Amino acid sequence: MTQTDKHADIDSHTGMHTTGHEWDGIKELNTPLPRWWVNILYATIVWAFFYCIAYPAIPLIQSFTPGVLGWSSRQGVNDDLAKLRERRAPIVAALSKASLQEIEQNPQLRTFAIAQGKAAFGDNCAPCHGAGGGGSKGYPNLNDDDWLWGGSLDQIAATINHGARSDDDQTHAGMMPAFGRDGMLKPKEISDVADYVRSLSGLTQPAGVDLKAGAKIFADNCASCHGEKGQGNLELGAPNLTDAIWLYGSDKDVIVDGLKNGRGGVMPAWAGRLDATTIKALTVYVHTLGGGR
Amino acid sequence: MSVKQQQLDDAALLASGGELPLYASSKKIYPQSVEGRFRRIKWAILFVTLGIYYFLPFVRWDRGPDAPGQAVLVDIANRRFYFFFIEIWPQEFYYLTGLLILAAFSLFLMNSLAGRLWCGYLCPQTVWTDLFLIVERWIEGDRRERMMKENQPMSLERFTEKLLKHSTWLLIAWWTGGAWVLYFADAPTLVYKLATFQGEPIAYIWIAILTFTTYFLAGHMREQVCTYMCPWPRIQAALTDEWALNVTYRFDRGEPRGSVKKNEALRQAGAKSGDCVDCHQCVNVCPTGVDIRDGLQIDCIQCGLCIDACDNIMTRIGRPTGLIGYDTENNVKRRDAGLAPLPTRLVRPRTVIYAVLISVVGLLMLYTLTTRKMIEVAALHDRNPQYVTLSDGSIRNGYTLRLVNRQGVERTFLVSVDGLADAKIESAGVTTDSQGRLQAPVGRDQTLELRVLISVPAGFSHEVKSHPVVIRVLDPATGATAMVADHFFLP
Repeated sequence: MTQTDKHADIDSHTGMHTTGHEWDGIKELNTPLPRWWVNILYATIVWAFFYCIAYPAIPLIQSFTPGVLGWSSRQGVNDDLAKLRERRAPIVAALSKASLQEIEQNPQLRTFAIAQGKAAFGDNCAPCHGAGGGGSKGYPNLNDDDWLWGGSLDQIAATINHGARSDDDQTHAGMMPAFGRDGMLKPKEISDVADYVRSLSGLTQPAGVDLKAGAKIFADNCASCHGEKGQGNLELGAPNLTDAIWLYGSDKDVIVDGLKNGRGGVMPAWAGRLDATTIKALTVYVHTLGGGR
Repeated sequence: MSVKQQQLDDAALLASGGELPLYASSKKIYPQSVEGRFRRIKWAILFVTLGIYYFLPFVRWDRGPDAPGQAVLVDIANRRFYFFFIEIWPQEFYYLTGLLILAAFSLFLMNSLAGRLWCGYLCPQTVWTDLFLIVERWIEGDRRERMMKENQPMSLERFTEKLLKHSTWLLIAWWTGGAWVLYFADAPTLVYKLATFQGEPIAYIWIAILTFTTYFLAGHMREQVCTYMCPWPRIQAALTDEWALNVTYRFDRGEPRGSVKKNEALRQAGAKSGDCVDCHQCVNVCPTGVDIRDGLQIDCIQCGLCIDACDNIMTRIGRPTGLIGYDTENNVKRRDAGLAPLPTRLVRPRTVIYAVLISVVGLLMLYTLTTRKMIEVAALHDRNPQYVTLSDGSIRNGYTLRLVNRQGVERTFLVSVDGLADAKIESAGVTTDSQGRLQAPVGRDQTLELRVLISVPAGFSHEVKSHPVVIRVLDPATGATAMVADHFFLP
């Protein structure tokens, strides 16, 4: 836009044309830009033109122009991931070859397995067990020192691989029967045995509870799985009733509910869903959470 | 050509019925060489600043056997910055904020003392442009010859000169880029690697980038950078005041300008006569091509070369020097009004405030640097689960500690917990001493992430669900301690 308008505003001090813009009496002189400056602008426009040809740029109704270089951000991510996998390949290979015990002994493998396991845990396990493995009612806390199916590396690996009460052939079986619903115990008996179970871990009892009756019922019905002293059984996933850890809670109502309707939380088998190396990493990670044996 | 002159030209163009172009092509400037006081100062500064830039990476500094021996090193790979006795970790990067504040206030102080001291003497753009001008002058001759040669047709001699000039420029630019990368790795090793083509590609890329920018900015862009690219002239113009010394043409003494003879005649007749003989030496030597006689202007970098040029002429025609000199706006006005100039006031509220701010920030940085802790600890409490009940009824909390050892040797820190009766602290794979303190080895100049488990026995009596605890770290070798306060959660 050259200044052809002869009536354009002229600044009296410099004799220059102004842009015609005015802010509270202050006007802007129309000083030409340096040539090189404008050339840079033109260069960027040319650049943009070639960029639009080379890269995805123009939106169409259903898609967009793909660009002759064939680059896409999705492909970029995939390439980055492929590079990452390639970089990790040696240590992943080492991890897949090593046994769980060997991983524990090798600081480098162990550190890598914990990092991998933590990520896999967040993706797969956290919905039930919590982001830090803290668990919740019915979902075991993986940070404590109490294990339903055992807390050694191999036992943890078996539980992750085959799950608990899942559709896997080798899954952990064994469940708490519904003593009340199925008519095996009467409500009074259930109440008595619940009082007795609470007494096993030294919880305070209301006055006048009949612990002897409860002990008899326990010996007849519960001891086969939970053990004579209520110490639990890892083979059957029967919890230790003498410790301070309660999967569902230690209130009498909760215990009565379990006796009446049974318990049997399900953990899926991960063997088919995750690859063996990831499961190894998960095992090592879960083992480090604070309760590993 | 200065913006002001361009505006005048444009106005003349308009007045003669011409059209104002949208673009203005830059007019080439041929600065003339000059001798004098300010030129000598500029030479000295050029040698000192460039000397520091090119040779500082080779200065050695002993920090012990395993630490880098380079005095100034930005070790990006290991995330450390070394400056002589100072070592900065990434989390101490706020020192950079302090440095930037110091730089800004120093710039402001310079400005309120004597205008654009930075632009005229210290700015890399000025220094390198000066260096490139020497090369140009040395190969192609001074202003007059260069202007003449510009219009000559291409000849073998001219081609050789141009080739020589540009290759020398490129050589300097390349060395500038090369010196830059030496600040990021052990300089002698990198020089050897670069020379034998074993350097990292990134080193060559940075050298190429800086070669290009140096060659382009100092060889071709020159005053355009100051006039159009740099924000400082705009800020400077807004910050300056009537007491600041600036390179000034004393128009009260200079005007009316005219030839020596004419002015002498006027003087004899007792009429007002100026000392300016309109020789244009001030314009010819100016690296940005301004006419200082137009007053303070945005493209004048105040390098003082016009002072030298004018003083030389004044001496030659037998008039007092100082027609162009460092002066304040106050005095220019007073002289014009026939009043005696006031003495220069360097101590003014403005300069005092800047000096105080510089000292405060500088002392604060010095204080934090000298009292820098050599060991530190940070704690992050597990978020999920907040606490764990164990089989025997004891309660356990998990923490992730970050132990920091800034010393040049590996140390075994003792970690203990305070404020919690009967508390036990443990960590997988870490031994404890007889007092139940963890013995955590932390490498020299390293941090260690340590997951610790703190537990209290069953029946721990407590009234609150969140119990304050203190995790203490002791370096038994030096007795240095660090602590961090956190909480212990209970059911």
